[in-house]
Amino acid sequence: MPYIASEHTHPSSDELRARIPGWGADLDPADRPSVPRERSDLASGAHWVIPEQQPELRRRERSVEHGMLPPVFGTAQPLHGISGLIRGAAYKRFSEAQTAHWLLLILGDRVDVIGSRARSTVRGRPDNPIRETGVLSEIGRHPIGSRFGRGRADVKHSWLDPVIVLGPVSVLALVLVARRRR
Amino acid sequence: MRAMVYRGPYRIRVEEKPIPKIEHPNDAIVRVTRAAICGSDLHLYHGMMPDTRVGSTFGHEFIGVVHEVGPSVQNLAVGDRVMVPFNIYCGTCYFCAKGLYSNCHNVNPNATAVGGIYGYSHTCGGYDGGQAEYVRVPLADVGPSIIPDWLHEEDALMMTDALATGYFGAQLGDIVEGDTVVVFGAGPVGLFAAQSAWLMGAGRVIVIDHLDYRLEKAREFAFAETISFTDVNDIVLELKKQTDWLGADVIIDAVGAEADGNVIQHVSAAKLKLQGGSPVALNWAIDSARKGGTISVMGAYGPLFSAVKFGDAMNKGLTIRTNQAPAKRQWPRLLEHIQAGRLVPRDVITHRIPLEYVAEGYHLFSAKLDGCIKTVITTEP
Ligand SMILES: NC(=O)c1ccc[n+]([C@@H]2O[C@H](COP(=O)([O-])OP(=O)(O)OC[C@H]3O[C@@H](n4cnc5c(N)ncnc54)[C@H](O)[C@@H]3O)[C@@H](O)[C@H]2O)c1
Ligand SMILES: [Zn+2]
Ligand SMILES: [Zn+2]
Repeated sequence: MPYIASEHTHPSSDELRARIPGWGADLDPADRPSVPRERSDLASGAHWVIPEQQPELRRRERSVEHGMLPPVFGTAQPLHGISGLIRGAAYKRFSEAQTAHWLLLILGDRVDVIGSRARSTVRGRPDNPIRETGVLSEIGRHPIGSRFGRGRADVKHSWLDPVIVLGPVSVLALVLVARRRR
Repeated sequence: MRAMVYRGPYRIRVEEKPIPKIEHPNDAIVRVTRAAICGSDLHLYHGMMPDTRVGSTFGHEFIGVVHEVGPSVQNLAVGDRVMVPFNIYCGTCYFCAKGLYSNCHNVNPNATAVGGIYGYSHTCGGYDGGQAEYVRVPLADVGPSIIPDWLHEEDALMMTDALATGYFGAQLGDIVEGDTVVVFGAGPVGLFAAQSAWLMGAGRVIVIDHLDYRLEKAREFAFAETISFTDVNDIVLELKKQTDWLGADVIIDAVGAEADGNVIQHVSAAKLKLQGGSPVALNWAIDSARKGGTISVMGAYGPLFSAVKFGDAMNKGLTIRTNQAPAKRQWPRLLEHIQAGRLVPRDVITHRIPLEYVAEGYHLFSAKLDGCIKTVITTEP
């Protein structure tokens, strides 16, 4: 078949309209709420020019790419402990453009996990891997039939899930920081 | 209150937490009635999103009842039934003023590259999410909308993210009548994107995944042609064969950071965290688009770099369009589609699980057991 300037082969619009509910309802771009993507005529419901400033009751870490603390922010899990120091350094020293920023944050995440496990155990509410991993949901939900003999690509590596989660990235973060220091 | 709490990769539990308080004059506290687990939550659950702190509560898809309002709230009252878009945004900053609600600059101290999202790590602002009995909803005059009486609550729940995102993704494709549209990923976002492509006049819609039961759903629910990428040697070649050797006009990536189909890419990204995301589906999209075609990326990727085949994208003159979806902008038109019966979004829901069993709910969805497509978490009977 030669390459010629004709449309892709496809069923006619009439055929599609008859077969598919709502086919073509938004054919006209004017009916598409995000066309054009940028519009300045939308009413958002805001009755402010800038939202009032949320009080900063605890020091709030922020990206160095922000000129000031934004007026609204989450306060869910303030920085604390060693993971807090690591995360704080990621925010203070590296912009979002720096790989070290993100690797330090991931390192902070892993340290946070180890610390929290220890704390939870001391406080008498140790982590329960059986409940927390949700493996009990396998019971009665076709653990074999859902996974095997049906062409799933992920069964090749899903055994790795529990093994690998903790590892190598932490090492890499350390190497990168050491290199910048020099 | 009871809340889902992150304990580390692949581990969550339910804990007792204080009911959130008004922290800003335009906050509301919402008592959650239904929440859902999103494919994006899996990226958190698998430990892929930097600055995901132990103790955080996930959940950016939720509906509920207004429990308390801050002193400056005008558009909501205690007792209102509301649906809340997954984006937190101010409505007036440089970006919001252009309608880029998912890119608000006033709500996320931790990063400038991404806006504010409920329950989506500190990188997205450090807000707790709605997989809990109560949630803090900042800038309550802007985000939430009252749920119309005629709207099924589970349809409202799908509007908060998955449906709005699929619909937005199709719009970024700039589909014109007769276009061949390929959707990678048959999760909720991909299924809704496929349906939306028809609304916009696509001539063919082809959905790609490796999960047979989801592809079956794509055929029945979204009237799409389907291909399992594990049934063919080379999905790109297969798509070329099926599109007159030209490639597709529009491709939608509804897979994102944990894409499968190439063990090295998947493991280096999803397991070793050496890439921001596994770009398998994105690379397939680049290679199976026609020259001059458009790729709409709804799949989420992390902030680190990814091994993307950018040269092919460049040489083919592709237009790559992306964003977190500004969910609420889609609502007026989506409500018309639902009311007219053109869309029945709750049909993607396969599992309903009480909050106490949220860990099991995540495992089921993550491991894709029991035909799971979308899981809803219930906090009340
Ligand atoms: N842009 C936004 O605003 C926004 C909003 C919601 C979700 N998302 C993102 O969209 C993506 C999909 O979300 P979902 O809830 O549908 O998730 P999901 O996990 O249910 O679906 C993803 C699907 O992709 C399939 N898949 C994996 N590798 C593939 C490949 N190489 N080719 C084709 N399919 C492949 C999986 O089998 C799965 O069915 C996620 O990355 C999520 O983070 C983005
Ligand atoms: Zn989501
Ligand atoms: Zn804004």
